[in-house]
Formats: sequence, C-alpha cells, structure tokens
Amino acid sequence: MTNKTLRQWSWVHKWSSLVCTLFLLLLCVTGLPLIFYHEIEHVLGNAVEAPEIEGPASSASLDAIVAKARAYFPDKHLQYLSWDEEEPELVYAGLGEQLDSAGDNNRFLALDARTGETLGEVPFQGTFMFYVYRLHVDIFAGLPGKLFLGFMGLLFVVAIVSGVVVYGPSMRKLDFGDVRHHRPRAVRWLDLHNLLGIVLAAWMIVVGGTGVINTWADLVFQYWRNNQLTEMLGAHKDNPRPKTPSSLEAAIKTARDKLPGMTPSFVAFPATAYSSSGHYTVFMHGETPLTSRLLQPVVIDAATGAFTDTREMPWYVMTLLVSQPLHFGDYGGMPLKILWAVLDVITIVVLVTGLYLWFRRRRPSAANRFADEAEIGRRYTGAPAE
Amino acid sequence: MAATPVRRGLLGRTYLKPLVIALVSSAGLLFALIGDGLWDYLSWLALGFPVAIGLWFWLRRAWPGRARAERP
Repeated sequence: MTNKTLRQWSWVHKWSSLVCTLFLLLLCVTGLPLIFYHEIEHVLGNAVEAPEIEGPASSASLDAIVAKARAYFPDKHLQYLSWDEEEPELVYAGLGEQLDSAGDNNRFLALDARTGETLGEVPFQGTFMFYVYRLHVDIFAGLPGKLFLGFMGLLFVVAIVSGVVVYGPSMRKLDFGDVRHHRPRAVRWLDLHNLLGIVLAAWMIVVGGTGVINTWADLVFQYWRNNQLTEMLGAHKDNPRPKTPSSLEAAIKTARDKLPGMTPSFVAFPATAYSSSGHYTVFMHGETPLTSRLLQPVVIDAATGAFTDTREMPWYVMTLLVSQPLHFGDYGGMPLKILWAVLDVITIVVLVTGLYLWFRRRRPSAANRFADEAEIGRRYTGAPAE
Repeated sequence: MAATPVRRGLLGRTYLKPLVIALVSSAGLLFALIGDGLWDYLSWLALGFPVAIGLWFWLRRAWPGRARAERP
C-alpha cells in the first residue's frame, strides 16, 4: 500500500468513525439492556404471567379472545394477535389508535390462550424499557429517526472496514496482540484499540450491518404489502373490509392445514399494515432457530373465510427476517445473550479508545507530544516507518 | 517482536490471525442459527473465542511475571 492510499484510508476511518461514534455509544449503551429485554421486564414486574391451571390443557376459541381484547380497549382498534413460542399459554393482542396507525402508540394486552380470560395490559408506553427501546430504535423520531440511525450504522460499517485496512500498516512493527503497557496512555490505548477492534471486527460488522437492515423494516414490509401481497390477492385486492369478519379461529385452522409443521406467529387483521382491507394475513413460522424467524404469510378472505393464497417471502423480506436474530443475539439461549453483552461492552471500549486517540492527536499536550508524534502520528498517517 | 521483513507479505504477517478469528466468530454466529443443543454449545465456544483472545492480550499484564518480562 502506498503512503497516499494509506492516508486516504486513514481519512476515511477517522471521519466515518467521528461522525457516528456518539450515536454508536448511544446504541451500544441502550442495546445492552435490550439484549435482556424479557428478563428485565420480568424483574420490573411488567411481564404478565399465566396462572397455573389444574386439569388437562384446553384452548379457548380465538374468536372469544378477539371479543375480549376489543372489549378491554373499546376505543382502540385491534391490529394483531401474536404468540410467543416460549409462552404457549399466552396470546398477545396489539391495539392501535387506527387500524393502520404505526405501532408507536400501540397498547398490548395479554390473554390466557387456555381460558380466553384477559390477564391484563402489558405496560410498554412510559416504562423504562420503552425509553431504552425508542432511544435505540428511532431516537423518538419515527421513520426519519430509524433511517438516520441506519445511516450512522452504515458509517460504523465503513469505519470497521477502513479500520481493518489501516490495522495492517499500524501493526508493522508489532506482533498480534502486543499492548505496550509500559508506554504512555496514548500508545497503550492505540494498541488496545487495534487489538479489540480487529478481534471483534467480524461480530461488529454483522451486528452493525444487520442493525442497518433492521432500520429499513417498515419500508421493506410496506414494499412487500404493495407488491407481493397485492399479487397474492389478485382480483380480490380491493375487497372492502367486511362488517362482520369471518371466524379467526377458522382462519387459523385453515392456515395450519395449508402449512403443516408450521405454527402461527401473528395474525394481522384486515386493513392493517400487514394485510389488505378485506383479508386476514396469518404469518406462520417453522421450528428451528432459523426457520422460526422465517415467516410465511397465509392470506384468508375475511368475508368468507376462504383460503386465498400463500407464498414464501421474497428475498428482501427473508434478508430482513434473517438479519433480526443476528442483530438481537436472541437465538442461542442465555449464554449467547451474555456473550452478546460482553461483545457489546468491548465495542464500547473500542469506541472510547478511538475517540480518545482522535482527541489526543488533535490537541497533544506538551508532556505527551513525543508519544503522539513518534508513535501514533507517524505510524498512523502512513509516513515511512524507518 | 522486532519488525519482520515486509517482503513476507502483509496478509501472512499481520492479517492471518485476525482472519482466523473472524472466520471462527462468523461460524459461531451461524452455528446457533442451524439448530439447538450441540449447535448452541459450538456457537458459544466459537463466539467466546474472540472474547477470550481479546481479554487475554488486553489483561495479561495482570500476571506480574509477564509484565516485568515485557519491560525493555
């Protein structure tokens, strides 16, 4: 690599990092509790637990559950019912201000799948995890906030790639893993930044890149709804919303019969963001850690209860669905979550040491000028080593 | 510790170990997607690898003998 190209890569690394670092710190700090979302909600008492029930397990009619959910929030609109593999005895209902309103102000209700009883609201708005979640996902700015954080994530990926490129020249006189502990902090932290940055590079690129993809989730599903879903509906695409929709219980049974071996993940009611005006969309999932994330929609006519169509998701939705577990780290049990947390904290160390190195090189104090110029400046900006 | 000749190539000299670590961590990310049980254990091992390497080289000065040996 010539000195000129190295200087260019150094410039890319410096500026891509500088612009995104503060936001990345925010994302790392808020991401840490989000890894343990379920556990924290249980500890804070915000999770609804299913009561113990004697006798053989039965399951309540989903139509009764729908009626209960609507009765609990009479001025809200029922958008979704969803199920959690980990809690088979619960059904969750999501209700919004309008049928097609974005989920920002949605309320959530937990119902007993066995008795059909309402167990209570799952508090979200205004809870600790709500603020953490919004800071991580859209900094309280909706879709523009998501896209902005996605752009910061892209810069983070650029910073990692350019960091890997300048790592080589920076390590010219060092062995892998050398941290010169006896040298001034600027040198020590440069070595630490290089070591931890290169060791975590693959994980940071995957989690950063999948995070960027996740910021496009709204757009991806909107595109899917306007394209593939419309295609699946064919001549029925403009069916009006039925006044008295057909049985949801029957619709779920139809979906299960069409896709044996798959389980419902959630159902979107007619005229919501994941369905057409006249149909239920039942999203089914498989059983392995991967296929449990790969949803397949089954479209059911909500006027007649008739099966309309089912198709595998197109590549762009599949990409989004695969990128979700890889960002969340929730697909390999508690040990994977703990590893995710440790990797997250080490990423914070890489960010802080990087920020410090920039700051020190910008304003070297007299006492450290020697170290800066001799150790960092020369090697880092790519001047000849000898 | 001293500089090795640049002629040996940047890849082998500087990037070989990082490449191995990147491959092992990527495999760790994939293993847990494939299945449960054994696949989870493999995933924890493989993703624990970059953590262990990073922490080891970062904190090894905590061993007093080593710290002295490293001083010039």
